[in-house]
Amino acid sequence: MSTHPTTITAPNGTPFLEVTRDFDATPARVFRAVTEPELVAQWLGPRDLQIDIEEYDARPGGRYRYTHHGGHLGDQRASFHGVFHTVRRDELIIQTFEYEGVPDEVALEIHRFSVVDGRTRLTQRSVFPSLETRDGALAAGMTGGIEDSMNRLAELLEREV
Amino acid sequence: MVDNERAPDPEAALDRAFMALGDPVRRAIVARLSRGEATVNELAALFPITKQAVSRHIGVLEDAGLITRSRDGQRRPCHLDPAALEALTSWIDGYRLAAESRFRRLDAVLETLKEQEER
Repeated sequence: MSTHPTTITAPNGTPFLEVTRDFDATPARVFRAVTEPELVAQWLGPRDLQIDIEEYDARPGGRYRYTHHGGHLGDQRASFHGVFHTVRRDELIIQTFEYEGVPDEVALEIHRFSVVDGRTRLTQRSVFPSLETRDGALAAGMTGGIEDSMNRLAELLEREV
Repeated sequence: MVDNERAPDPEAALDRAFMALGDPVRRAIVARLSRGEATVNELAALFPITKQAVSRHIGVLEDAGLITRSRDGQRRPCHLDPAALEALTSWIDGYRLAAESRFRRLDAVLETLKEQEER
């Protein structure tokens, strides 16, 4: 099993966030992994957290809601919900996304599946309602990664000298 | 994420920090300081360039807010500012690492699906 790099683009002055990643699997398999709740539960969210998926109905008009808890959240619970707008098998998913801790700031997420060099490329573009919401989401996503990034920086610096 | 008192313009601060680290000598200085303080002379001894050149590199790192200098008698050792580095690395890496970690698990799920489907 090989791993491919994750590319993140968050252009200055825009409320966009784009994440691109290739997978050694067919689009059909990637589509299953991102739409079947029992599979989604195995990878979505920070590694140290538990996830409860209350609803995950990946069909046009279907809803989803899940809650993270445990790990670095302590006693807190973080819930997310949204609606699937477009679900086109192996090609495209368009859904809304709302973190209940910041209510009414709803993002639109566009997930595209394409085949590049025999692999499946997943491109996730999020359109946030404001720059502040996007930067807030980026900052929140960082919390789990800071320690890792410091360790990685330390390793990098070890190699440099 | 934005520390208004220290960095009124976080974008400009990041630009300066990234620019400062875009040089192998300055990265090596940061690497050395990550293991403890050092004076300009001690740092200069590490590189085959003049002490003046090393001083200029230190000045760039200082302007970028990555290192600070204190006074200890006659010595003026340089220190790494861990908070500044953390802001930098969290910006570039935090979100990406979170996504990366998620996608690695997705890789594993896909591998399991493949095995199931091939059976």
